[in-house]
Amino acid sequence: MKPTSARDPVVEFRAVSKSFGDVTAVNAISFEIQRGEFFSLLGPSGCGKTTTLRLLAGFEEPDADGGEVKLLGEVVNTKRPYERQISMVFQNYALFPHLSVERNVSFGLEQRKTPKGEIADRVRQAMEMVRLKPETFARRMPAQLSGGQRQRVALARALVLQPTILLLDEPLGAIDLKLRKEMQLELKTLNKKLGITFVYVTHDQEEALTMSDRIAVMDNARIAQLGTPAEIYENPRTQFVAKFIGESNFFGGSVGRRGVDTWDVAGAAAPGERFRIPTEGGPCAQRAVSAGQAVKIAVRPEWLDLCRPGEGPPDENSLPGTVRTVIYLGETMHVIVTMSDGSDVTVAVRNEGQLIKPLPWKPGDAVAVCWRPEDCQILEDA
Amino acid sequence: MTAPDAGKAPATPARPGMRERLLRALHGRAELQAWSLLGPGAFWLLVFFALPLVLMFAYSLMPRGIYGGVEVGFTFEHYRRFIDPLYLDILTRTFLYALECTLICLALGYPVAYVIARSGRWKSLLLFLVVLPFWTSFLVRTFAMIFLLRDTGLLNNWFLRLGLIREPLQMLYTPFAVMAGLVYGFLPFMILPIYASLEKLDLSLLEAAEVLGARPAARFRRVTFPLSVPGVVAGSLLVFIPALGSFLTSDLLGGAKEILIGNLVQNQFSSARNWPFGSAASFIVMALVLVAVLLYLRVRDAAPEGAR
Repeated sequence: MKPTSARDPVVEFRAVSKSFGDVTAVNAISFEIQRGEFFSLLGPSGCGKTTTLRLLAGFEEPDADGGEVKLLGEVVNTKRPYERQISMVFQNYALFPHLSVERNVSFGLEQRKTPKGEIADRVRQAMEMVRLKPETFARRMPAQLSGGQRQRVALARALVLQPTILLLDEPLGAIDLKLRKEMQLELKTLNKKLGITFVYVTHDQEEALTMSDRIAVMDNARIAQLGTPAEIYENPRTQFVAKFIGESNFFGGSVGRRGVDTWDVAGAAAPGERFRIPTEGGPCAQRAVSAGQAVKIAVRPEWLDLCRPGEGPPDENSLPGTVRTVIYLGETMHVIVTMSDGSDVTVAVRNEGQLIKPLPWKPGDAVAVCWRPEDCQILEDA
Repeated sequence: MTAPDAGKAPATPARPGMRERLLRALHGRAELQAWSLLGPGAFWLLVFFALPLVLMFAYSLMPRGIYGGVEVGFTFEHYRRFIDPLYLDILTRTFLYALECTLICLALGYPVAYVIARSGRWKSLLLFLVVLPFWTSFLVRTFAMIFLLRDTGLLNNWFLRLGLIREPLQMLYTPFAVMAGLVYGFLPFMILPIYASLEKLDLSLLEAAEVLGARPAARFRRVTFPLSVPGVVAGSLLVFIPALGSFLTSDLLGGAKEILIGNLVQNQFSSARNWPFGSAASFIVMALVLVAVLLYLRVRDAAPEGAR
């Protein structure tokens, strides 16, 4: 992974805003993308990630007082896409249906007045790079290709220009799971091998975690959190991020007395329910709390455990609930537990073989949900 | 296939029973289903199009009757008669008129279709305006053209009043008037198919072209136009073929000098009462249209990637 400390930004957003009528699609966002980085814009649909990409591509201009988009140090707010050092892979591939594979790939080179002899060589190289045999595919029309092959043509068409920055708009959305996994690895490899900066838009958190050097999680026209996959997954700042990246359970309360290395929290769910959160150590050491404040924590399903009411380990948190349902997922089992305030909590239990050693829980059982105080993430938005 | 069934049914057949039997007869028989859908239309065309065509072809090879109609016999006389500078001139003129009309319609219609396809919420209104003239008959609209173009017409009045001209311009009964009438009449047939092909053009293709370095002109030449070629072809055929056979416009706006092949055919069937010759002329035009269309489609298929 490229160290993010090496500052050589190829993309800079400075408080960039974009509105469509009354709707603010992108609200004063700022970030930098370093040369060679694999940078993902991740978020649910309507969060502004596609608009951000389109601002970068030049299909949209920022609002009049909507900040600056800089490419390679130059402000490009009003520059058209053909005046920018970028290439793009579209969500539906956008292959030209009237041109053969070969001529789709050579399109950009022809527009840039590349010498004829050079075009043929570079088209062949680009096709080999994405593992499309030129002899087989060069003369085919897009309609004669499978989804995965189209995807590769779209990639070759963008890479053949040797761009500084490659934009990818959910390029793997339409292909099946197995091929998608394969392409994810391939994209990551290409990114490292070619040194091209990849800006990748996706709503698939797993995809973003797999490929990215850094991820910007977007929510409601803003960047909710920006960081490495580990930072985002292990130290989410808000409930939105914790919920969007992986699965999480949330517990709220107000901070009470300080213990040796934990705070007591009076649970918001029901009077008398208490749990503890760490003062330091654990993944959420950065966020300090003080007595009397409201607090919200996220606990991943795999950190939770189930025990009989009142039988939990004394040094662990334990809250009462009732098993609602058990979901069989293969590798793990999810036990959904309804807490005393009616909210649901998901507990992931390793599947040790239901045929030999079935889970002792069934719907209706009274249980206690337990976790070690340090296994939690303290969120900023209480 | 339904008639025998219906015949055998009792005098007051229970309707569900008939429907049931019809469905059962059609079930799983793709061919029968296809024929039952094709049948009515095919029957109509056979009786009112194919049959008259055969009849006309037969007429064109028979001697002319004295009071119209034909007499029994066989002759090539009418086809031979057509090979005369007089008629060949009319044919050439008609061909050039139709061609010119098609080109003018294309030049005027393409930009209109392009703008409508890109006009967002105004689309329906603009399309409505394009087809609005169809609400009145072509005859009435052609008469309206006379009022516009004649010496004491609207245009001449305005030009005189504005001082652009001293005396009325002769516009009616000129080739200009015929062409204006033809273009006016056929323009929607050019606009609509081109609009249809531009409207379904995937906008992300244009964005892809732009991001690959194509400026607006190159984008149009390399992507938009090639992908609208099916519309251009359809529009051209829809204008060219009827223009070739038109007679009303040249009759009303062109006077006697601007006679087209359509007028010739019409005359032969009405005033001249020479049915066989009219039939022969029709078949010659038809053959030419066929050749022209085949050539056109050939040329188009030879350049599938459009202008380079």
